[in-house]
This record gives sequence, C-alpha cells and structure tokens, in this order.
Amino acid sequence: MDLILKVWRQKNRETAGQLVTYPVKGVSPDMSFLEMLDVLNEDLQIKGEEPIAFDHDCREGICGMCSLFINGRPHGPERGTTTCQLHMRHFNDGDTITIEPWRAAAFPIHKDLVVDRSAFDRIQQAGGYISVNTGGVPDANEIPIPKTIADKAFDAATCIQCGACVAACKNASAMLFVSAKVSQLALLPQGKTERKTRVENMVAQMDIEGFGSCTNTGACAAECPVGISMENINMLRREYISAKATSENL
Amino acid sequence: MILDSKIPEGPIAEKWDKHKFNVKLVNPANKRKYDIIVVGTGLAGASAAATFGELGYNVKAFCFQDSPRRAHSIAAQGGINAAKNYQNDGDSIYRLFYDTVKGGDYRSREANVYRLAQVSVNIIDQCVAQGVPFARDYGGLLANRSFGGAQVSRTFYARGQTGQQLLLGAYSALNRQIAYGKVKMFPRTEMLDLVVIDGQARGIVVRNLITGKIESHSAHAVVLATGGYGNVFFLSTNAMGSNATAAWRAHKKGALFANPCFTQIHPTCIPVSGGYQSKLTLMSESLRNDGRVWVPKTVEIAERLRKGEITVNDISEADRDYYLERKYPAFGNLVPRDVASRNAKLVCDEGRGVGSSGLAVYLDFADAIKRDGQPAIAAKYGNLFEMYAKITDENPYERPMRIYPAVHYTMGGLWVDYNLMTNIPGLYAAGECNFSDHGANRLGASALMQGLADGYFVLPYTIGDYLAKMPSTKVATDHPAFLEAEQAVIAKNNQLLSINGTRTVDEFHKELGLIMWEHCGMARNEEGLRLAKQEIRRIRDEFWRDVKVTGIGEELNQTLERANRVADFLELAELMVDDAQNRRESCGGHFREESQTPENEALRDDENYAYVAAWEFTGVGNDPILHREELEFENVKLTQRSYK
Repeated sequence: MDLILKVWRQKNRETAGQLVTYPVKGVSPDMSFLEMLDVLNEDLQIKGEEPIAFDHDCREGICGMCSLFINGRPHGPERGTTTCQLHMRHFNDGDTITIEPWRAAAFPIHKDLVVDRSAFDRIQQAGGYISVNTGGVPDANEIPIPKTIADKAFDAATCIQCGACVAACKNASAMLFVSAKVSQLALLPQGKTERKTRVENMVAQMDIEGFGSCTNTGACAAECPVGISMENINMLRREYISAKATSENL
Repeated sequence: MILDSKIPEGPIAEKWDKHKFNVKLVNPANKRKYDIIVVGTGLAGASAAATFGELGYNVKAFCFQDSPRRAHSIAAQGGINAAKNYQNDGDSIYRLFYDTVKGGDYRSREANVYRLAQVSVNIIDQCVAQGVPFARDYGGLLANRSFGGAQVSRTFYARGQTGQQLLLGAYSALNRQIAYGKVKMFPRTEMLDLVVIDGQARGIVVRNLITGKIESHSAHAVVLATGGYGNVFFLSTNAMGSNATAAWRAHKKGALFANPCFTQIHPTCIPVSGGYQSKLTLMSESLRNDGRVWVPKTVEIAERLRKGEITVNDISEADRDYYLERKYPAFGNLVPRDVASRNAKLVCDEGRGVGSSGLAVYLDFADAIKRDGQPAIAAKYGNLFEMYAKITDENPYERPMRIYPAVHYTMGGLWVDYNLMTNIPGLYAAGECNFSDHGANRLGASALMQGLADGYFVLPYTIGDYLAKMPSTKVATDHPAFLEAEQAVIAKNNQLLSINGTRTVDEFHKELGLIMWEHCGMARNEEGLRLAKQEIRRIRDEFWRDVKVTGIGEELNQTLERANRVADFLELAELMVDDAQNRRESCGGHFREESQTPENEALRDDENYAYVAAWEFTGVGNDPILHREELEFENVKLTQRSYK
C-alpha cells in the first residue's frame, strides 16, 4: 500500500521543529510500523538526506523504548500494543499518518521523535526500590505471598516505562507510571518498611520533574500498551494520604 | 601466552568457598578510593554495579539505551534456574551442574559451572527480597516449572516476562545506589575503546550519543557486561541495539576472544516473513511443555499445504509426523535447543516445512487445549499467544503456531579466568559477554542465572582480590593513552562519515547476516566456511569503500552508531568463521556436517577438541593466533550426549 507520512522533524532541543511530509510506496501489511520507518529511512539515506531519528530496541513490545504519537494516539490506533508491535495491516492504502514525539514538558525532545524520559529514572531513584543489600537475605520461601497478592503486584510490575500514559494525558501527568511502582511494592511484604517514605518521595520527585496533575480522566490507562489499571492510581492516592497523615519523612 | 584459568584446588564442591576465603579483601575504608567502570547494565551489569556500590566502591555505569531498565535481558521470557529443590523432585546443586555441563556438550569449564549452580540458590532469595514478583502457588510459596530439556522442575518464572522482572529488580538495586551517590549512571553513552596503561585496563573512551562528544573515563578496573553478538547475523532475537563493539574493541586491545563460533539457535521463534524484516521474535521455550511439534509426513502433503490447496486442519492424525516424539521418546518435545533446532531444519530441508516459505514447523496446542481447556492454556501462555497473533495475524488457539529456529544467544565471548578476569589485568567480562559457563549450547533458563550470578555473587568477591593488590592512585584522563584512544575513535568516526558512498549501513549488515546464517549458522562445512571467509572480506572492503553515513559526528546520529557496530561485526564475523573452521567437530549448536553419527546426530571429538579456543587479535585481515585452554572433566564423565 501507499501512504503519506507527516513526520515531526526537529534538529535538537534548541531548534524549532516542524511536520515534514514523506510519501512512502509499497508498504507491506505484514511490516511493523518501525519496519515501515526503516524502509523510509533507507530511501532517505540513499538520497543523502538525514534519516528520521526514533527510539526503539527490543522490537518485542517489552523494553519500552519505542514511543511515537501516531495519529494523535500514543503507540497508534491498536489497543494494548507498543509501536514496535503495531503492524501496517491496521492502516489502509492511501492513508495519511501523522507521527509525532511524546508531547510533555517533562520529556524534552532530543531530536526528531527521540525524547528524554530520564525523569522516570529519577522518580524511581527517589524510592522505587526495596533497601536490601546483596547476600544475607532469608530463604525465598520464608516470605510467603498469597497468590492473589502476588498476581496483583505482578500486574502493577508489568509497566514497561514507555511514557505512553504521560503522552496520552492532557496534563502530561505521570500518575499511572508512578502508581504502578508504588502499588507493586506496597502490596509486597518486602516493601512494607519503606512504604511511607517511598510514596512521599516518589510523588515529590514527580512534581519536581514537571509532570502535571491527575484529574482521573483515564486516558493513561486507555492507552497503556500493557494494560496498567487505574486501580493503581486509587492505591497511590490512598498510600499517599495515609503516608502524609502519619509521615515518617520528618 | 599461557592461559591460566586460576581454577582453585580441591574438590569441586569446595572450590568456591575456599576461594572466597583466600581472595584478598579491600578494607572498608579503602573501598571508596577505588573506581570501577561497568559497561552495560543488563542483568550482569546492573547487578554488578549495584553490588559494587553497596560494597563502597565508586562506580560509573554506562549503557547505550536511554535507561538501564531497557537492556535486552528484559526480553527473556521463560525463567531462571535454581537448584532449590523446592519440588522435592530430586534436584540438587550437583544435578544442575551436571545438566549444564552435559547440555553444553562438555565445552564449558567445570569449576565455573559448579559455582553457577551453587549460587543459583542465592539468586532466588536475593530477587525475592528485592520484590521480584515470581509466580506463586495458592499457599504463597514459589512455583516452579520444568524447562528446556530439564527433567526436574527448577525454573522460577514471572509469567512470560521473567527477564523484565529480574532486570527491574537489578535496576531498582542500581537506582538505590544512584540515589546514594555511589553509582554514577551514564545512559545513552557507548563505549568505543578500552584504555590499557602498563598492561592494565584503566579506562574507556565513550561517545555521548546525544551530543556526539567523545569522552574518557578512568578507573581502577573495567567490567564489560555488554551481552552477546548475535546481531552479527542481522536477523536474530536480539534487540536492535545489541552489539559487539565494546567487547570487540577490547579484543583489539589484547583481550582474547573465546569460542566465537558457538552460537545458539533457538528452536521456537516466529518465522521470517519478508525481506524488510528487521528482527526475529522468540517465543518462550516453555511453550514446548504443552505444544507438540510436527510437520506433514510426506513432501506431497506439505506442498499442497504450502500452495493453499489444503489447510492444516485437513491433515489427519495419521499424516502428521511428531518427529521429536518419534525420535526422542524419553524427552519428546522437550529435547534441548540444539537438538530441536537441528531437527526442524532437517525436516524443512527434506521439503516437509510448512508456511509459505516452507521454513517453519508446527507447534500444536490442540491436544493441550482439549486436555486442560483453553483458559488453563491461556493462563500459562496467554501473552505469548497474543504476541504471536499480533505478529502473524493468526489465532494460535485455533490453528497451530508456525515456528522456526533463529539466532538467539552467543556462548562465545571474551576469555575469562575463574575470577571472570580477561587476560588483560583489570578487565572483567560478565554474563553473555564472557564465554565460560554454557559450553557449546546453553540450556534454557540459564542465561538469567549466569548474568545475576556473575553480577551479584561472583565479581563482587573477585574484583576485590585484584583491587586489594593495586595502589589506589588514579590515572588522569589526559594521560597520553587516553588521548591516543580518543584520537583513534574520532578518526574512525570521521572516516565513516567521509566515505559518502552509495550503500546504506543496513544493506551491508543484511548481506553479512545472510552469509553468516548460510555458512556459519545451524550447520557448517569446510567449503561453506571457506566461501564465507572470502565473502566477509569482500563485504568488508566494500563497506569501507562504499558505505554512506549521513550527518555529522557531534550530534545524535543513529546511522553513525550503527556504522560503528557493523564495522565491528564485519571483523568479528571473520573470527567466527576462523573458529568454526578450526573446530572440526560437532558440538552443541555448532554442527559440522563432516562430523556426524550415522543417525545424523552431532558427533563430538573429545580427543582433539576438548579445549576452549581463545583467539588473539593480530590485525584486521591477519590470521589470529589460537591459544588453547584444555578442558578437564573430573566430575562429569565425557560421554556422547544422547536424548534417545
């Protein structure tokens, strides 16, 4: 099939960007979206033009590196799918497709479609861990966890940190992402000792990074490629209020 | 050069404990005087960097991704082995050791493998303490499954995303040390050279992938945990960015490269569909626990199927050949990866392959669905089935999956001694980056185990032994050796940018990949390898004459990143072929057609090849020098592997 792409091109963080139109021909429906861009990039390079910079790595939907705002939706039109797992069979011959980077002040653009998501790392560094040193830990089966709890914690732990929730949110809020980590660790017995400081510090860092507020719109969960649930946001709120009421962050 | 493996004396079960006691310790107050560089932050790198930080060393960690949480360890699906014997089914450290040595076709080092089995038990404890949400049973205890040819249930798993959960555990430990200021993290930074001063590894030269700036970092020791080089084949299950550059450039600075031709081909991958394809997707081998592998009994039926005259459901039970169950009744569909892969190729070569390309076999869940019900199968493998459906647009609950082997894991890597130190003092290699634990074939659920064993439990002891014996004096990055390495890196980048030829980096990479798959892949022979060597040289010459790299060096330039990696693959590929030529025996995933039994099984030659082939670099296009580390098997008797 033949397509018209409108792609955001931006040289670097300082320069203004713009949408540039590229016609592409002969796209196979079995190609992934990124393979379609690979083919376009090959053509651009042969012509001596600079290929479009975009982030991607595992191309199996798990590393969370691919992004792309496709026709106004993070990771494109398919539900529960990352861009690397989105196939061209979901588009029609003659379609015009607009491709933009994640749009959020907390995710500045490095180049073209590549954005800086290091704010997410800094939020995790603020408390997204259990303080345990290597070695000298108890036998694994000495910390039994009921299957229902383990499954719930697991559901929260599946977040791939891609940033689609932020991109989908009108306020560019990072609540879904932060709530996933907070829920996972709050549910597990191992995570209980730092439960209060963790949620306070992660939320504080989220604000420092410039993410917006959550207004319970739910676009984040609707567009999340791995199905992180809004329930986590409820849990985050409960954890936060309870922590603040009895703060250990003195 | 004498290869000293530094294997400790004494009975195998006591070597590691004795060694841990005998190694020198660094006084806690002195640890802060030492700097360690860790390149790569997957399971091995992140766990090592975090643990070094905990111990009190100053750590600088580097990765080319935008966050350490994206390392390719994340993509591992099936599980991690540990000799916990929670199931009381006869597992033990010794059995895990035995299975690993045998599964690796007796080309790994016994002492290393035993240690791996030993610390496997601690890994699970560690990960659970970090909050890794492993699968559990209703009583709250950890669940296990059997995996990849093992006859005991020793695999711990987290649905189909064990790698992601284990990596997140290591990443959180790393984050904790970053927050404490003990680890300084450099994401989007790629190592382009190793700096050796007075024979010791003292630092690295990197490119900041955002600004394009070339920078130097000095340290007292350097750990490479940069994964494998399977992307030399272009199509592989590796992430797109996985590359050999750091390890290869260390090799060019003197580190020996061991068993480079040992590539693991994974049997359960989604088959190739077109020339545009950028990578292959693996589906967890756990699928073979319930899926039955088959092809049509005759070439005629297979042909009619490929032409679309009949569909898979038209083929009667009697016309199906469950070839693994037929040939290996004891193991059936659970034979090790090399056996499963080779047999898939064999039936496809016979013309009995399915799918439009004929390069696929069926993995059929119909019986399992009938037996356990679709919900039970969905609970076990739901995400894998979804992934398969997304990629192929076929519903695997209704018709069997099509699978074909693909390049997955490289067992070769930098040569290391028992301490995981390369032959360059102060340079260490961990995880898939080294050669030591998997022999000629890696058993399922063993890669995650090795990555974390090296990072959490081996390197933290062994690196101290080295640092304790060296002064804490630092080398400044304006030392002539750093400046020289920086200049060489800049010159190479400029050369790549100035060729301005007519062909793209990917075109060369694809051409190289096809040659490697054809002649140095699942099966190799003398003539093919000779041809491959010529072809690789030709492609390399053309690359340096005709490649087109757009943009400039001092900016984000993904084409330049790839050009550097492909330039190195073009050199490494030749070494892989040299190694395959030298090893005139079949073992593990390395099948030399000249060396097979009358039943077409791999025939090892222990008389002549029970050694590690460690190669010394002598210049691009020059013959490398072979150093042999003889392997001694004192505990596991050398026998031909048989799964009949």
